Amino acid sequence: MATSTTSPRTNRGGQTDPGRSPRRVGFSQTLGRWDVKLSPYLYISPFFIIFALTGLFPLLYTAFVSMHDWNLIGGKGDFVGFENYTYVLQQPNFWKGIRNTFSIFFLSTIPQLIIAIILAALLDANLRAKTFWRMGVLLPYVVAPVAVSLIFGKLFADQSGIINTLLGKVGIDPIGWHAQVLPSHIAIASMVDFRWTGYNTLILLAAMQAIPRDLYEAAVLDGANRVRQFFSVTVPMLRPTIIFVVITSTIGGLQIFDEPRLFDQTGQGGPSRQWMTATMYIYEVGWGNQKSFGRASAVAWILFLIIVVVGIINFSITRRISSDDSNQKSRKKVKR
Amino acid sequence: MRKTTSKMWAAAAGVTGIALLATACSSGSGDSSDDATDGGSENITLTVATFNEFGYTEDMFKAYEESHPGITVKEKKAATSNEARENLNTRLAAGSGLSDIEAVDTDWMPELMQYPDKFVDLTDPALEGRWLDFKTKAVTTPDGKLLGYGTDFGPEGIAYRGDLLEAAGLPKDRESVATLIKGDDNSWDDYFAAGKTYQAGGGGPWFDSAGAIWQGMIYQEEAPYEDPETNEIIAADNPRVKEIYDAVVKASVTDNLSAHLSQWSDDWTASFQNNGFATMLAPGWMLGVIEGNSAGVTGWDLADVYPGGAGNWGGSFLTVPEQGAHPEEAKELAAWLTAPEQQVQAFLNKGTVPSQVDGLKDPKFTGAVNAFFNNAPTGEILANRGQGIIATYKGPNFFAINDAMQSALTEVDVNKGNADDQWNTFLTAVNALG
Repeated sequence: MATSTTSPRTNRGGQTDPGRSPRRVGFSQTLGRWDVKLSPYLYISPFFIIFALTGLFPLLYTAFVSMHDWNLIGGKGDFVGFENYTYVLQQPNFWKGIRNTFSIFFLSTIPQLIIAIILAALLDANLRAKTFWRMGVLLPYVVAPVAVSLIFGKLFADQSGIINTLLGKVGIDPIGWHAQVLPSHIAIASMVDFRWTGYNTLILLAAMQAIPRDLYEAAVLDGANRVRQFFSVTVPMLRPTIIFVVITSTIGGLQIFDEPRLFDQTGQGGPSRQWMTATMYIYEVGWGNQKSFGRASAVAWILFLIIVVVGIINFSITRRISSDDSNQKSRKKVKR
Repeated sequence: MRKTTSKMWAAAAGVTGIALLATACSSGSGDSSDDATDGGSENITLTVATFNEFGYTEDMFKAYEESHPGITVKEKKAATSNEARENLNTRLAAGSGLSDIEAVDTDWMPELMQYPDKFVDLTDPALEGRWLDFKTKAVTTPDGKLLGYGTDFGPEGIAYRGDLLEAAGLPKDRESVATLIKGDDNSWDDYFAAGKTYQAGGGGPWFDSAGAIWQGMIYQEEAPYEDPETNEIIAADNPRVKEIYDAVVKASVTDNLSAHLSQWSDDWTASFQNNGFATMLAPGWMLGVIEGNSAGVTGWDLADVYPGGAGNWGGSFLTVPEQGAHPEEAKELAAWLTAPEQQVQAFLNKGTVPSQVDGLKDPKFTGAVNAFFNNAPTGEILANRGQGIIATYKGPNFFAINDAMQSALTEVDVNKGNADDQWNTFLTAVNALG
């Protein structure tokens, strides 16, 4: 039992040695504190600065433009408040654009994701020449959307297209791919699926390969067949990736422009706007006959808000996929 | 002490990074420099932006380059008039990116005339009287500024497939076909009646598209859509517009004379190879298009006739945008390109008919013969069809109204829509423009 006879020297309580002046905290100490607090922000700031210049500023400037009468060639006009918004919301073509956008979005995104998950599950299995199949799935993504659009436009031509010819051989009447609303949406959705299915497949495949194999072994031991394994093991474990894929598909799918624009030679989206999407409507209002940037900006901001809302809806839907870390939310922080 | 050093390096790295970023962002502007270096007259590159087929060739540019040392000329071609128009509008708004010479179609010249300060004044006393009156009138602003030099115009004849007519028991030589189509009054009804005769003899579609017939008929009206004095939109009330609409719908759909195609679509292009239709309205520039699409097909010919006498479709101008770096040299090149000699050369290349008075008299033009069209004397025919052209008034909303009508006709002719519904849709679109 050793005791020390002298009290331990400590300055923490604020006791100072009577012979010395109080030790001042040096500037280097302050710098050190700033370093710890600030330099993380400094390191990530380049991204945010670039985003502020190229993403945030145009967003706010578009809102500014949408409040004015702004001509393409003539430039800035008078301040008109929300008049552009009310004008645009009353245009039947605007609502047709929204209708077409959502229709093409559902027709393209839902089959795309289903096919992507199935393909990823297939590619995850033990195939021969795995890399070849996996790279092959990505090839359609490499083709420029404009080229895809021109070629598919010719394939889907009402009278001279191959698809109607093949349907004719099977005995089905030629479908008006460029004449009717739903067939045109199916044609455009097929172009979008052609391009993006491979991309999403590879993302889901990468996530699938990170699933620990012993989960599958446990499932097999419990008597699950492949389908049951897929739904009860694979899909829940893929939840974060599915959320990511759904959100990026939503953002991209609601902004489709290249494919519907080049589907026919006029680029208007069909004589009755059968397949004109919202982004095409923006282009038509801003650069077409009306040349009104103010109205085009109003449509752009409305589309932005729609995408945000739909993104949130999609997120909350996909969050409900059951997953094993759903308990983490309820763990409270323990006070130390 | 060590901590201070590594902290300092970290801070220095952060600040340097941001400083570099700031300088990069600020100096990253102005990348629209053209090839021309500074130093005035040394090696200037002039770009000429055209669309469809103007008929300019490398040889023509070389000839200019040889006579004007230090100047290189490059052509930039857009596939369609619409593409070129969108490019022009976008870049006019952006303030940079246009070529030194921009070709402008007569259909969209009126909307550009609203912004005369974006284009160089091309007035030149030496060039007075070079062009047909209606060409110069179309590009002169109210205060006398000349915004463009005319290149071609579009007198129309009727191009036809002699072999298809023969198979239906009709004569196939040019004079007889002209007589057949003229009928009694040389009117559109006579043209449609000839079509019925053709179909009675076992023929298929008579013309390619309702939209094309509309174009032909409306361009014979003086002021179909807008009031020339006030630019007020009269399209909805003008009885001629409804009359012509009814006539076109009757001929195309009721009498089924149309091939139900939309011009310039994939189906239309493919139909040239499939005996899609027997005749079509053909301005000079369309001859090049027909030839291109009908590669391998024989039997095309050109008749010296046009329902209503004469019609004009298209025609362009060369303008010099104010934002270009070399307006003087560009003006000189534009004047050279639109000189009668060069335009006649372009005609020989691609069938674009000179709008220059001397060009129309040039023996190389009047004596021109087109081998693909059964050696038809195309120059003479088009010169004849260029007489008596009515200048249709085109105000700022002309293109928008015409587009709405073309959409309605496409719905009726190609997509089998209801004619009355589509007329109402057209009226709604026109009223929304006001």
